[in-house]
Amino acid sequence: MNFDFSDEQKQMRDEARKFLSEQCPPKAVREVLDGKAPYDKALWKGLAEMGFLGVAIPEQFGGAGAGHLELCVIAEEMGRALAPVPFSSTVYLAAEAILIAGSDAQKQKWLPKIASGDAIGTLALFEGKGNPSPKAVKVTANGGVLNGIKKPVADGAIADFAVVAARTGSSGRESDISLFIVDLKAGGVEVKSLTNIDLTRGQAEFTFKDAKAEPLGATGEGWSVITQVLDRAAVLTAFEQVGGADRALEMGRDYALDRIAFGRPIGSFQAVKHMLADMYVSATLARSNCYYGAWALSTNAGELPEAAAAARISATQAFQHCAKNNIQVHGGMGFTWEFDCHMYYRRANAVALGLGSLSYWEDALIDRMRKKNAA
Amino acid sequence: MNFDDTPQEAAFRAEAKAWIAANAPRQYEDELRKASLGRVALKGANILEVAKAWQKKKADAGWACLHWPKEYGGRGASPIERVIWQQEEGPFGRLSSMFIIGHGMCGPTMMAFAGEEQKRKYLPPLASGEKIWCQLFSEPAGGSDVAGLRTRAEKQGDEWVINGQKIWTSGAHYSDYGILLTRTDPDVAKHKGLTMFFLDMKSPGVEVRPIKQANGASDFNEVYFTNVRIPDSQRLGNVNDGWNVSLTTLMNERMSIGAGVATGFPELFDFCNSLMLEDGPAIENRAVRSKLANWAVKASGLKYTSMRAISALSRGERPGPENSIGKLVAGSMIQDVATYALDLQGAAGALSGPEDAEVAGKFQAMLLRAPGTRVEGGTDEIMRNIIAERVLGLPGDIRVDKDVPFNKIPTKGRA
Repeated sequence: MNFDFSDEQKQMRDEARKFLSEQCPPKAVREVLDGKAPYDKALWKGLAEMGFLGVAIPEQFGGAGAGHLELCVIAEEMGRALAPVPFSSTVYLAAEAILIAGSDAQKQKWLPKIASGDAIGTLALFEGKGNPSPKAVKVTANGGVLNGIKKPVADGAIADFAVVAARTGSSGRESDISLFIVDLKAGGVEVKSLTNIDLTRGQAEFTFKDAKAEPLGATGEGWSVITQVLDRAAVLTAFEQVGGADRALEMGRDYALDRIAFGRPIGSFQAVKHMLADMYVSATLARSNCYYGAWALSTNAGELPEAAAAARISATQAFQHCAKNNIQVHGGMGFTWEFDCHMYYRRANAVALGLGSLSYWEDALIDRMRKKNAA
Repeated sequence: MNFDDTPQEAAFRAEAKAWIAANAPRQYEDELRKASLGRVALKGANILEVAKAWQKKKADAGWACLHWPKEYGGRGASPIERVIWQQEEGPFGRLSSMFIIGHGMCGPTMMAFAGEEQKRKYLPPLASGEKIWCQLFSEPAGGSDVAGLRTRAEKQGDEWVINGQKIWTSGAHYSDYGILLTRTDPDVAKHKGLTMFFLDMKSPGVEVRPIKQANGASDFNEVYFTNVRIPDSQRLGNVNDGWNVSLTTLMNERMSIGAGVATGFPELFDFCNSLMLEDGPAIENRAVRSKLANWAVKASGLKYTSMRAISALSRGERPGPENSIGKLVAGSMIQDVATYALDLQGAAGALSGPEDAEVAGKFQAMLLRAPGTRVEGGTDEIMRNIIAERVLGLPGDIRVDKDVPFNKIPTKGRA
């Protein structure tokens, strides 16, 4: 058994960490946090040059053709560094949707641009409050144009194109939903930036007014594709969350070693030690669940739906737990703008919602476990 | 990333599987499989005899204490082969529970500190289950702080005279030998005045009394020592170096991985799958599903953490103290799971008779046993200290008794 990444994959993780520690220090994240830029353009270009944007895109479409395990290790580092770039929207959502459902022509058109950093993509799924559900999709597609409102759309304000879930039927079934690709630069879409708790990642509202749209995949199969995309993205995002959780744990540990109170390092008090030990436990459980998700993702195993839900839940909990207790370990300083703790807290809580919140994935996990049990 | 055996591992697994299929006591398989929680008992058979017979059969064929050297009754197998054996032995491994302390702690301590002749004499019958060993460390005044123990050993000629009391000794009532940590010098700091011995549990002056636990069962004992004489040749390690010897023992306790810890989750999931609530099946209730999902990811997290450790073993690496999360997570989880299983049944959840209780009272038994799980073999708090200090590198506690002679350390909290 080798339930671990290979030496080459670990080497790629080291490279990504080195690259990000140089190109994406907290100072760079703060440029976006403070509203000086909508995202880190230089970092985006750098990620393209390193081959990270197209690591799981086949070579024939301009990618490195490595695979999803390689993408997992990069995702972990992106989360660790809080990279303020539209990586998850473009790579986990838009690119995966096109890989799953796109025609050859669509792959030729978009995937090379994603890999080279020339196109930012996103998935426009949500329409106000609520978790992913075919019933919640009201945007209509008729005669090749879309009408309606999508929000929130991650990285929507900086995206060049979007994969959009729209209604093409009214039977009340999943088969009412189809997917479309919309070139956001071609007109017909009003884009409005929305303020959100994670200031290092943008959210937007799209208003489609007869926006020209090209079908992605067969009519009526949109929801099946969405489900697959969300499962894949759940695993990849879980790696980001584990990276963030580990970094928050390290920050807390380092502070506990350095900070003196009552004449001793605060890390020698059991109340603090035990808090950090519990953070380690949740980060470790999440990492192990993620590894199983990575295995299922990379082998396209039948276990992927269950493994993805478990990784998503576990990693969401771990990142939220580590981020909030990192602030607690830091005491008052953890609640200042100046310290980086809040950036992890913001990301942990925003990323917990983006693909559907915990209750959605809890439900999904139990459904999938029941299905397996019945089989 | 894969779950496949190497060719060598696959060959070993096939050999183990074939031998187990041909030799295991199949008539007990069902009962052993069901006894996933709490004590293992067999109807119409003496568990001790069945266990000893299985262990002897394994030893004769070279399948006992796989990781021990052959000359001491083992197989000289690699750590990963030991894990593969455990996986293949499955429910029959539950017959080993009375040997765990001897094989996991006493044996390795003897191997490290006993003389060669003693090792050849005592280890093979320990490996084969013919002789059972126990570990006599904890005392009423020294549990988590085991170095606070008070049982005295005083030298008289070539012998040591032992007086004092041990507690929480698993299996003392059926053990043939024990390893014993004593105080030999009360005038120095507590860690510096301890000495380790091994002894015959049938020695005059040894009295074993079962402890009636909070759950009504008796898995542990108190052991009293009244002028018990142990020859100096049965000393393990140097005089007053017993603390270091005990660290070897305890290190081995935490090395046992891959066995899988009970969380109660599979039982709860099955239960919820069949339970009807007022408004429909429990498994379709939103609150129930949320609870189940949270426990499911803990259970799977533990499972895959253990697989990562096994992978490290397979690569020839030594797994680190990060494996102490298993007991910490599972201990409080099983308690919460049991509490919830009762809660789902309303007032009837309190009924624990096998005829009235759901799943034959398993959850009630789990609930009543769980407090002990969170204490034995290192309390939750000690486990957190281990993670914080040995994994995260945080400083140890400030020990106010560190440089104080043992006999000057206060013994009462409130005057």
